[in-house]
Amino acid sequence: MSEIIRVGMGDLNICKAPQGITTLGLGSCVGIAVRDPSTKIGGMLHAMLPDSTQIRNNSNIAKFVDTGMDELVKRMVAAGANKNRLEAKLAGGAQMFQFQKNNDLIGVGERNAEAAVKKLKAMGIRLLAQDTGLNYGRTVIFYPETGVYVIRAVGKPEKEI
Amino acid sequence: MGEDFTLDDMTTEYMDVLKELGNIGAGNATTALASMLQERIDMKVPQVQMLTFQEVGAAIGGEETVMAGVYLLVEGDIQGSMMFLSRKTTAKHLVNQMMMGMGHPELDEFDEMEMSALKELGNIMTGSYLNALSDLTHLKIYPSVPQVTIDMAGAILSVPAIEFGTIGDKILIIQTNFTDDLDIDGYFILVPDVDSYKKIMSSLGMPV
Repeated sequence: MSEIIRVGMGDLNICKAPQGITTLGLGSCVGIAVRDPSTKIGGMLHAMLPDSTQIRNNSNIAKFVDTGMDELVKRMVAAGANKNRLEAKLAGGAQMFQFQKNNDLIGVGERNAEAAVKKLKAMGIRLLAQDTGLNYGRTVIFYPETGVYVIRAVGKPEKEI
Repeated sequence: MGEDFTLDDMTTEYMDVLKELGNIGAGNATTALASMLQERIDMKVPQVQMLTFQEVGAAIGGEETVMAGVYLLVEGDIQGSMMFLSRKTTAKHLVNQMMMGMGHPELDEFDEMEMSALKELGNIMTGSYLNALSDLTHLKIYPSVPQVTIDMAGAILSVPAIEFGTIGDKILIIQTNFTDDLDIDGYFILVPDVDSYKKIMSSLGMPV
């Protein structure tokens, strides 16, 4: 088994095949996996909130989909990836608890996933597959060698997108 | 506390107050649990920790540890949310104690009755915690009906973590350990919004 790099909550990192990259127990956060299929450089962002411009304390850039994606791509390009070749896969954005009553943050999972789709489009990065929403947590592992994104959930069979 | 208040730059003095509130809340919850189960429960001094988002998963035994999470919204004089978390095995044990032999401790999963008892357990733990907070601060605190889930710790924690994420880069978590037949671990996470922090502090005579 080759090395698997871990990414924490509100964090990002890059890797190079044969390395993989993982984040454990995604809930309402989103795990955006990106790779350059030619240089096999990969990266992952575990973002908690959709939009840094909506939050006053926004210095932690990996916490947000928008600033986190900018930083991730910057680091991948610095490591030798070609921005024009990048492709992405997306997971997470669950709604862990259901409430009738409205609270801004209840629908944050869905908004995170929407923000990720929008940001990728704005950056010209192709979104190849996504497994988002519903009400359960996901552990994800991405392999830039093949582009396979493995998704594990409690009590469900493992799947690949 | 100015407009740009974040939990990250909270003074030691404020932290001590929050720790003390956590101690009292967790103590009250444990007492309520003991009286419901009609048994003696020994509680260790709760640990109040301020953790980064990267640290919090490991601190409760790993992001993939399967846990039972009870989550509810808080309204009244303060606004926010509250969560009680415990390992799935712990929750299963407590629920079966509550059901006086009518549960299925031998099965790994929770059936409908056990899920309902879990919700009640969460109600009692969070309700008695919030009661203690309300008594101390003389603030009105109304909890919503709790919602429960059983899933990976990281996924459950993402909910309060995101709420803390809107005001800072750390999460305040209260760990309580107690014993009846088993060693039991539970975690309380209270997430008041920024204005509610100010209300809690000023009601306790702290300058804000």
